Amino acid sequence: MTGKVITITSGKGGVGKTTATANISAGLAALNHKVVCIDADIGLRNLDVILGLENRIVYDLVDVVEGRCKLRQAMIRDKRLPELYLIPAAQTRDKSALSPSDMIKVANELKKEMDYIVIDSPAGIERGFRNAIAPADEVVIITNPEVSAVRDADRIIGLVEAEEKGPAKLIINRINVDMVESGDMLDSEDVLELLAIKLIGLVPEDQNVIVSSNRGVPIVMENNSKAGKAFQNIAKRIAGENVPFMEFNSDSGFLGKISKMIRPGGN
Amino acid sequence: MNQSVHLKGIREGLLLSVGEGPWAEVEQSMLQEIDDQIDFLRGAKLILDVENHDLNASTLGKLRDILSDRELSLWAVLSNSPVTEQTAQMLGLATKIHQAEPEQNSRAYDGFSDGDEALLVKRTLRSGNSIEFPGHITVIGDVNPGAEVVAGGSVVVWGRCRGMVHAGAEGDESAVVCALDLSPTQLRIAEKIAVSPQRREISRPEMAVIRDDQLIAQPWEIQGFNSNDG
Repeated sequence: MTGKVITITSGKGGVGKTTATANISAGLAALNHKVVCIDADIGLRNLDVILGLENRIVYDLVDVVEGRCKLRQAMIRDKRLPELYLIPAAQTRDKSALSPSDMIKVANELKKEMDYIVIDSPAGIERGFRNAIAPADEVVIITNPEVSAVRDADRIIGLVEAEEKGPAKLIINRINVDMVESGDMLDSEDVLELLAIKLIGLVPEDQNVIVSSNRGVPIVMENNSKAGKAFQNIAKRIAGENVPFMEFNSDSGFLGKISKMIRPGGN
Repeated sequence: MNQSVHLKGIREGLLLSVGEGPWAEVEQSMLQEIDDQIDFLRGAKLILDVENHDLNASTLGKLRDILSDRELSLWAVLSNSPVTEQTAQMLGLATKIHQAEPEQNSRAYDGFSDGDEALLVKRTLRSGNSIEFPGHITVIGDVNPGAEVVAGGSVVVWGRCRGMVHAGAEGDESAVVCALDLSPTQLRIAEKIAVSPQRREISRPEMAVIRDDQLIAQPWEIQGFNSNDG
């Protein structure tokens, strides 16, 4: 059974691709699948930091492609989740170091042993993006409920359609429920009306994400985080399970106030 | 030197023209030609003229990547084939260059001309998609913000028009723009430009025309289009 390559991209920077890659990969590994995540953001690597594996980098993706090491040597195994591996990007090079055919070769090699290969795409629509989607069996688009992110996502979906990578799927990340309720933030329906692709995840804004990034622990490993739960659900959906979307209740809305009264500590 | 492949340096970059024949053979001759001179060509910006060849997205996308591996950046594709032109536009490649085309490459249409020809686009145009046509353009689908529709004639959007639309692009002030939801980022007819007013809650079909030297939008009346209006 060969592995499946999923590329996570967005167009816009800073919407949560690396966070999503780290957490979806960890989520899939927690479901006992063999997962390798690859940082394709050559020159601006972050996936290693988010996973807390930066101190263990010896070889990187460019070393593999340029033949300085074997593929296995560049794969860093996560001690917390033994089914999870990382191939980091090179920090001292840039996106011209790789080509789409390089990425396809690496992915084909990994497909023999891994169940999932999750690729963290850089922002943009140029070579780095094309490198990242070249081997993809499936493309997942991350966006925020915010006009410029949605505009960029639309562009990316058009490019993915043009490259005939099949229909892309969507994750709407960093949803601020209070702002949606007060009409200050786009509703998920507004976003879907424009982008018109299949939704596979809704992730709420969660300050714990920043805290856990700084600690190098993917939030999906934390038990009391809504964002973590959302990413775990996304991993399950990718693995084929039909998980209903979570209800997000505003903490300051009527229901939120009632629940705070009943449980003085809040959620 | 291979007869069917011509390389020529022009102001906009390197013009690579290919001849007739099955595409696989043509592509191979072309790559052979490039490889023979690769030291000289490396780093060049490439304009590919494929004449009558129909190229789909996966062929053209793969070709672009093959050229990119050889450090040649493909930025424009010229052709007589509407299929190739549309594929190139979808992939973000230019389909026109400023220089006057050499005599032997006759274009399918010379610039914009009046005509009753219409192009039917049966898909939503996403941000970055651009459609240009000298006649009328009908889109069955939405025109998303960031997409562009430029027609010598009129434009009909059977969907939501939220991008940039230019009708009568060659100066035809009788051209109209119709949409089920007319909320473009910018609307142009001939030389006139207008921006959408604040978005109304209920969208309804509208038609934009030039009347009394002004660009106006009027609700679509069921009794039909009076040719005196436009």
